[in-house]
Amino acid sequence: MRTLLGWLSQVAIVTLLNLRTIRQRLSSSLVAVVGIAGVVAVFVAVLSMAEGFRTTMATTGSPDTAIVMRAGADSEMVSGLSLEDTRLIGDAAGVRRNASGPVASAELFVIVDLLKKSTNTTANVPLRGIGPNAFAVRPNVRIVEGRRFETGRNELIVGRGAAGQFAGLEVGRTLRFGQSEWTVVGVFDAGGTFSDSELWCDAGVLQPAYRRGSSFQTVYAKLESPEAFTRFKDALTTDPRLNLKVLRETDYFAEQSQMVSTLITTLGAGIALLMGIGAVFGAINTMYSAVASRMREIATLRALGFGGGPVVVSVLVESLLLALIGGAIGGGLAYVGFNGFQTSTINWQTFSQVAFAFAVTPGLIVAGMVYALLMGLVGGLLPAVRAARLPIVAALREL
Amino acid sequence: MKYLPLVWRNLVRRKTRTTFTVLSIVVAFLLFGILAALNMAFNMGVELAGNDRLIITHKVSIIQFLPESYGARLETTPGVVDVLHQTYFGGIYQKPSNFFMQCPVLPDKLLTLYPEYILPEDQKKAWLTDRTCAIVGRQTADRFGFKVGDRIPIQATIFRKRDGSSNWEFNICGIYDGDKKGVDTTQFFFNYEYFDEARQFGQGQVGWYVIRINDPSAAPAIAERVDAQFANSFAETKTTTEKAFVQAFAKQVGDIGAIIRGIVTAVFFTILLVAANTMAQAVRERTNELAVLKTLGFSDGLVLALVLIESCAIAVLGGAVGLGLAWLVTQGGDPTHGMLPAFFLPAADLVRGALFALALGIVAGIMPAVQAMRLRIVDALRRT
Repeated sequence: MRTLLGWLSQVAIVTLLNLRTIRQRLSSSLVAVVGIAGVVAVFVAVLSMAEGFRTTMATTGSPDTAIVMRAGADSEMVSGLSLEDTRLIGDAAGVRRNASGPVASAELFVIVDLLKKSTNTTANVPLRGIGPNAFAVRPNVRIVEGRRFETGRNELIVGRGAAGQFAGLEVGRTLRFGQSEWTVVGVFDAGGTFSDSELWCDAGVLQPAYRRGSSFQTVYAKLESPEAFTRFKDALTTDPRLNLKVLRETDYFAEQSQMVSTLITTLGAGIALLMGIGAVFGAINTMYSAVASRMREIATLRALGFGGGPVVVSVLVESLLLALIGGAIGGGLAYVGFNGFQTSTINWQTFSQVAFAFAVTPGLIVAGMVYALLMGLVGGLLPAVRAARLPIVAALREL
Repeated sequence: MKYLPLVWRNLVRRKTRTTFTVLSIVVAFLLFGILAALNMAFNMGVELAGNDRLIITHKVSIIQFLPESYGARLETTPGVVDVLHQTYFGGIYQKPSNFFMQCPVLPDKLLTLYPEYILPEDQKKAWLTDRTCAIVGRQTADRFGFKVGDRIPIQATIFRKRDGSSNWEFNICGIYDGDKKGVDTTQFFFNYEYFDEARQFGQGQVGWYVIRINDPSAAPAIAERVDAQFANSFAETKTTTEKAFVQAFAKQVGDIGAIIRGIVTAVFFTILLVAANTMAQAVRERTNELAVLKTLGFSDGLVLALVLIESCAIAVLGGAVGLGLAWLVTQGGDPTHGMLPAFFLPAADLVRGALFALALGIVAGIMPAVQAMRLRIVDALRRT
């Protein structure tokens, strides 16, 4: 017990001595801090992009909504359903009903070329043709400006994300797609979900404009409960008149986000890992020079009877502290610079734009700090061991 | 030359420090190389786009079809030499993540419009004559082990066959290569006539047109002529140069490419700052020694040169190894299989990287070198 206490007090003394003298080694310490801060900033920023994208897609949809497409279709874009199909789907077991019938919305999902503000080039913006039930299926959608479109008219309402990212979507503006003119009559907020990237209009007007006859692409069906999904799915997949693919809305959007978020995460993690290695080399040099400049000091302590262990710990503490400062600066920079930053990218799976915001979550900040500490630990280890192994006599003799 | 041993002894005197400094520079240049390849990939090889090719899409969006009959009208449009139409098939090979692009085309037109696709003579003959034939690019062939003679099943997501099945089978009778680096060899082409007869709907409808024009400088005028020709019809067109088309498509990924580039550039310089500081420190430590050299009669210029050579040696060594590694890493091609087909390290960026390395050596060494040059012997010797 006494030896442990003695050891701990030695650790404390040597560490304090170390930290007090940091000021004399300010420039090289600063360099280590800057290096680690840079790495953590990039690490957190890039992952916050993937996180933001993933969150947008993952919060889209609720577990008691099912999405129905043609069998074989891997996204709404390539699906196709006949009017007859959509009726059968609405009448299937498990679908919630209200006064006007089943709460199921047959929809069209196409894209339209619009100018993206940030790049000033055209981009594939999703345009959804919906019926009155679309709002019943998505209770989180509310109009924040203007009004809903009127059935049968060439009117559009636009999601908040789309309104921010693409040109010409202000309420009152007129857009021309092909031979028809459309007026923007409202802006809706879908709570940061995928729908926020979309333009909505009356399916009945969109069908002739895109030469779709009476066909649709998907049906969104509100179920009696999340558990009713299996019953609903079984009813549709066993019906010989139909050849359909039935998914929970949550699963569908999680799947749709996979490709892009994997790409960003892999790229980001790879870049951050490489940079981390570079920063570790920098940290090792900093700590080596810290040890070198204090050789006599360390040797004196050893001569006075201080053990090797406390010396190792003290060097590690210094390097961890520098890493922590660097990590905090880096995480802070990423948060200030990127949290909530609105952007949009193409989701390859739907071939259309998704607007989303960078999300610097507490989890990411913690991950960044852990990464910083890891760099500090690796960077401090070798120099710490060298400090402890210093031959006392030789070091004392050195000028 | 006779001073090289001196520089060398200085470099190896603190082996660990020199090693770690070189290593951090290696990492910085490895990143630089990968970044250059990514940049290339996110721009989707805009530089490689043919300047005598125009792309004609439906004016509203590319997902809408154009009539096949436009082909004949395009062929007689003044300035147009060759016409090819393509259609997005969007099939799945085994599972959705095995994505690669499939396109029904007219076989002979594909080869005239895209001379960068190189097909061996016998395979070319099969491609032009056999209607069930498909050709696939080298990268995709290597990825799935496709060989000439294989029969490949593709599940349609859009186009079912007349009999209602969505299972299409194709005979691979050719594997094409690109005639230069970065040419997209991920695509899979098959015979349009075979496709058009077998598909359940959409007969006579195609996705978009690619035309070759006789004079690249007349591109805007020809584009206007084409669009005017189809104005006020149901399927109005939008004609752009292939370059602009590729660029616009790349910009759809948009800000993300720019963000990644920006961030990595920033950190590339952070690592260099770290390395430069260490190198400056190494020189600062030797103030006395430099004074001794001067006492021995080394001229100011020589001392300056010695210090600069030392820092440049570290930087160039680190840079060369880093760029070499980056070159090796990017040899594997597109790491995402299909999303970034133009992932490669352009020679111009290798040169740029080498110049950066040299510049780093000079920037990192110049301050301490000038200090060393101006050093007054007496002051320096007294300083200990």
